[in-house]
Amino acid sequence: MTRRIVWLIVAVTGLALVAWPAIAQQTTPPAEPPKQEEVPFWAIGRPQAGPGAQMAPVPAFPIPTPADKLPLAKMKVPPGFKVELFAAEVFDARGLRQGDKGTVFVSSLFGAGKIYALVDKGGKREVKVIAEKLMLPNGIEFHKGSLYVATPKDITRYDDIEAKLDNPPAPVKIYDQLPGDVPHGWKFIKIGPDGKLYVPVGAPCNICEPDPEKYAQIRRINLDGSGMEIVARGVRNTVGFDFHPRTGELYFTDNQRDWLSEDLPNDELNRVTKQGQHFGYPYCHQGDFADPQLGWGKACADFVKPVLLMGPHSAPLGMRFYTGKMFPQKYQGAIFVARHGPWNRTQKYAADVVAVFLNPNGTVKSMEPFLTGLVENNAYLGRPVDVLVLKDGSLLVSDDHAGAVYRVSYKK
Amino acid sequence: MRPLSARVVLLAALVLVAAGPAAAQSVDERFTVCLACHGADGQSRIPETPSLGGQPSFFVVAQLFLFREGRRDNPAMIAAAKGLTNGDLTAFAERVTKLPPPPAPEDPPDPARFARGRTLTLRHPCGVCHNPDFSGREQMPRLASQREDYLLKSMREYKSGARLGYGGAMSQELAGLSDQDLMDLAHFLSHLGGKF
Repeated sequence: MTRRIVWLIVAVTGLALVAWPAIAQQTTPPAEPPKQEEVPFWAIGRPQAGPGAQMAPVPAFPIPTPADKLPLAKMKVPPGFKVELFAAEVFDARGLRQGDKGTVFVSSLFGAGKIYALVDKGGKREVKVIAEKLMLPNGIEFHKGSLYVATPKDITRYDDIEAKLDNPPAPVKIYDQLPGDVPHGWKFIKIGPDGKLYVPVGAPCNICEPDPEKYAQIRRINLDGSGMEIVARGVRNTVGFDFHPRTGELYFTDNQRDWLSEDLPNDELNRVTKQGQHFGYPYCHQGDFADPQLGWGKACADFVKPVLLMGPHSAPLGMRFYTGKMFPQKYQGAIFVARHGPWNRTQKYAADVVAVFLNPNGTVKSMEPFLTGLVENNAYLGRPVDVLVLKDGSLLVSDDHAGAVYRVSYKK
Repeated sequence: MRPLSARVVLLAALVLVAAGPAAAQSVDERFTVCLACHGADGQSRIPETPSLGGQPSFFVVAQLFLFREGRRDNPAMIAAAKGLTNGDLTAFAERVTKLPPPPAPEDPPDPARFARGRTLTLRHPCGVCHNPDFSGREQMPRLASQREDYLLKSMREYKSGARLGYGGAMSQELAGLSDQDLMDLAHFLSHLGGKF
């Protein structure tokens, strides 16, 4: 250590000591409890006391759960199915996509800000980081050798990525006409049967009336970023969608507003049957419930109703139509939906994967639990975010709470 | 005491961090480096540098993690957190939680701004997450008697998106608030009295 550094340390420490006042045991009286009339009418319903006054977003610990502590033994699946570990120590594991050569790509959000590649190494998965320090890179898609990555601000493309996992190419920007807000700005992206890239722009708030040409919508663009069209409106925050394997119709999950009630409103599964349909936000929730602030003078009948109510605050996120060959016939054409589980509710539930069965006309027949067991003592052991049907027909499930990816397979 | 300039603070922090190879020092020795800026009694006296006293362990681990990953824009803290192991994160957090919460400033608050700030905490139910007494829990920091300038800086960064946070709640709740709102919130929170 040079004398100069020693001098600086002495000086800094000295300054800190000089600044240290004799700490008088000063006590300011605590703030008086709020009077009810100080709460504006539109905030009524927000809990000020009782169990609801202790709700908060449920965080994942920054250190992922080690493989031997993962809740594998707790998870339940129907008879004949099996859940096993696919990859551990994938902190903040969110979106799932598979490359042509078998690489599984995993996105992340606030926690990690990374894109991972899971590479098969003799039956075990090696976790490679292929991009980091990204802004909320939740949206990924794989198409013709390229990995597309969507942040709240832009969409970029990593070409020939599977050949370059150890030395990823510089991304090519294809679209930057996104508002970039943080609230509900993170993406889920998918390329449709029409060859266009579908990208949502969520509401930049819990409940507000944002510019409908800019927010609360699903857009589609050509793969070079041109030709933007609005596909659906009145969408608060979709973090999962897929296209019907036969009709090509877009089905999407949508997360509804917070702070209204323990049991209202339900989160939704929606179906777009005509371009530009309006799904209700911020005026009408769950198809039949006018918003207590913004719903006055609006009729729920003027908006497209959800095809399925998926539970209050249950947070349905990633979803995929099952077209694989491994699972029993009854799952052909069914939708697997990952429900993250609520934070804006005192009683935790969901945190599961459900199977949604459709009628031949595209309406919903029923919803069944598929992978459960991740809620214990009103707390989460894991929280599913996305599902992915692998080429062999098995189903991957990402868990951003424990930081892992699981594989569900079936054997007669 | 005259406030130190941000440049002096940064220089001092970098020098302290660089002063010794981390591996050769115990956690306690390295923790004294943190306290040189953040205050050995849990109370910071350096502008825009937070008091750590009374902060929840989870919050400290999460923020050190973000610094280690280079994901909060603060060169001094990124340098300080470089190379920390997961064990280090929890060891520092354990020590931080033992620091006493800082007392509120001796100067009384401006009554009108204090009242406006309090009303804002009800409209944007800050206390639902941060606790009704703003003592913080889990990933949500203690706000009561935090430095006013640091609270204001943090809220401005969340609102602009410069600071992404460890979740989306802050940017969502601050959307639509004016800068005057943020100043009144910081004024109210910083003047909440010591330990409740």
